[in-house]
Amino acid sequence: MADKNDKKINISGASDMPPMAASLGSMRQNKTASWRSIRPIIDEDKCKNCMICWKFCPEPAIFPTAPPTIDYDFCKGCGICIEECPFDAISSVKEGK
Amino acid sequence: MNSEKKVKLTIPEHEVMSPGHLACQGCGASLAMRYALKALGEKTIVSIPACCWAVIDGPFPYSAAGIPVMHCAFETAASTSSGITHAMSQLGQDDVTTLAWAGDGGTFDIGLQALSGAAERGDNLIYIVYDNEAYMNTGIQRSSSTPHGAWTTTTPVKHYKKGPKKNIVEIMVAHHIPYVATANIAYPEDLIRKIKKAKEIKGAKFLHLYAPCPTGWKHPPAITIKVARLATETNVFPLYEVTDGVYKINKVIKNVKPVEEYLKLQGRFRHLSKEEIDFIQQEVNKNWERLVKLEKAFGEDSE
Amino acid sequence: MKKVLTGNVAAAYGATAARVNVVAAYPITPQTTIVEILSEIVADGELKADFVKVESEHSALAACIGAQSAGARTFTATSAQGLALMHELIHWSARARLPIVLTNVNRAMAPGWSIWADATDSIAQRDTGWMQVYCENNQEVFDTVIMSYKIGENENILLPTLINLDAFFLSHTSQVVDIYDSERIDSFLPPYNPKYKLDVNAPRSFGALTSPEHYYEFSYLLHNAHKKAKEVIREVGKEFGKKFGREYGLVEEYKCEDADEILVTYGTIAGTTKDAVDRLREKGRKVGAFKIRYFRPFPDEEVIEVLSKAKKIGVIDRAVSFGHEGPFLSEVKAALYESGNYVPVYGFVAGLGGRDVSIADIENIHDHMINNEPENLIWIGVKK
Repeated sequence: MADKNDKKINISGASDMPPMAASLGSMRQNKTASWRSIRPIIDEDKCKNCMICWKFCPEPAIFPTAPPTIDYDFCKGCGICIEECPFDAISSVKEGK
Repeated sequence: MNSEKKVKLTIPEHEVMSPGHLACQGCGASLAMRYALKALGEKTIVSIPACCWAVIDGPFPYSAAGIPVMHCAFETAASTSSGITHAMSQLGQDDVTTLAWAGDGGTFDIGLQALSGAAERGDNLIYIVYDNEAYMNTGIQRSSSTPHGAWTTTTPVKHYKKGPKKNIVEIMVAHHIPYVATANIAYPEDLIRKIKKAKEIKGAKFLHLYAPCPTGWKHPPAITIKVARLATETNVFPLYEVTDGVYKINKVIKNVKPVEEYLKLQGRFRHLSKEEIDFIQQEVNKNWERLVKLEKAFGEDSE
Repeated sequence: MKKVLTGNVAAAYGATAARVNVVAAYPITPQTTIVEILSEIVADGELKADFVKVESEHSALAACIGAQSAGARTFTATSAQGLALMHELIHWSARARLPIVLTNVNRAMAPGWSIWADATDSIAQRDTGWMQVYCENNQEVFDTVIMSYKIGENENILLPTLINLDAFFLSHTSQVVDIYDSERIDSFLPPYNPKYKLDVNAPRSFGALTSPEHYYEFSYLLHNAHKKAKEVIREVGKEFGKKFGREYGLVEEYKCEDADEILVTYGTIAGTTKDAVDRLREKGRKVGAFKIRYFRPFPDEEVIEVLSKAKKIGVIDRAVSFGHEGPFLSEVKAALYESGNYVPVYGFVAGLGGRDVSIADIENIHDHMINNEPENLIWIGVKK
């Protein structure tokens, strides 16, 4: 991922702010893991490294490694990877169980 | 885990957009931006009017896009980008791509005048509409891109949308700009090729990106790609491009699926009668036949 | 170099001398000749700039916003309906802190269609965060365009400026104007190089969703910039005076020192008022004229200092805030109230929709002040 910066920006008041609403940091500080109600799990035995899951991840929260790795800090659990995997190599586990 | 092992990728590996953004689960528009930035790279400045992406990119003081983002007034994606591209030209930064990135409301409706102006002037920019067929950011109100038969909060089931979706591609072709194309997030290789092609052409370029919205279309987030793919497989949303007025259909579906398969996956069409579904099928057939005729008349092989 | 120029040509020459990078404008009477002349200047290569020939005023200001955000110096011009169409983006450009310069040829709002002088169009933009200047003559138009870039681009200010000139009385009337080429202006106005801009090497978003946690502070910062701008306007006006021989401030006094009555005006009526003051002085009346150049930021210090010494004040507005009174009158009264000096103030509305305001009218206004009790809204020359 291009921007690795995940620092939170502390603003105590106007003296810490630019004159206009100009961004000072990356949304990487916003870990979206808490949005997830289902957790995709890649079965390394079934995976054929086709990278379709990586290709269709809207966050993106999958790294194109072999086999692909899911970044659970950001995965929102949309389930696209599970649905699109041609080899049924990604299963879904309910979060919090 | 063999994280070092090389795999063959069909789209560029480099990510410009970062995760942590505020798109809903399974959002087609977030995928659309991810692909667009893979195609364009970091030397890009984007104008984003009021639309889902005004929220997705993140609130002050954060941003997810990884490139300079100019949030702009609803109807000004094209005109703001016109200013940016002229500034880049005057400041000697011609290698920077100027991108206007708007939803269907900001393009088909309130931003159409500014878009027409920028296209007619031939301003050097790429305008991309990510089309989710309604005002999704305000909570699913109909736009002139909403298709016949669809439920929205302003076209409730008793008064569902009647009448066709505006043909924005033909409107833009009528401006005689060098490049107009449709693309679909279910076909990222084709989508990225088209945006890269647009980047290499000087002048005003326009892309119509099909980007399903699970929240507004009432389908599970997991099937966003499936729904998008079916839109092309049923000829609801054909993939084609018009380069200097020359039509080319990029994907001819061999076994075209019935429109019903596409409609039945989405809650926004749940109320439709058999007659309405038949009607929509006929309209889709007509539009496809018209497109085939256009390609015959104005394609590469035409006289 | 002295030339005989209309106000519109003076505005276009001002933008040219300031070496603007991008012009985006749409024609409207009586602003049109600004657009035409700048088109020629750019086409002839006398100004190295892009002229974006937009399809509306809304797009004109949007294009300026885009270009200025990317680090270009921009210029636009409009009138009345055009300014009203820009309104959304007038707010936008101020909150985005973009020092755009816009010359507005003050024209009456329709209906009925009127192309003649009236300040209601610009007064309606009062609360947007733009600085607003009203010019008395074409020289002031040229000079103000150049000074506005210097003031607005100051890193502590970063505010756009609306420069107003009365329809036809200035826009289409030729006067002698001393103009300078860009080389001469360069020593006064450095290139625009903002700290915050759209930059692919330091990517930022601009104008994102802003929660109540921060929006309030951005408003506070915008207001503080206006407060600081008053000092910068005075400094830049003095520096301009040293370099070019004409000094400017937020206001201009004319024979106010010993005046019993002071007539407060703006725009071209200020010139007429000075002539009227001369005539009244010949008759032995101790009267002065006080021209307000800047409506925003409002020069309350100057207003209090000068006006609280007088026995009576008359404010002449070429605009009306319907349901209340003249807009400049309200501001002057509020400033005097703040100072604790309750000088009687008379409110006059005159010249709406281009109705001529003559020296005799101003003399009648003075007579009225001497013979009557103060009132907030006295319609000059209205045919009842």
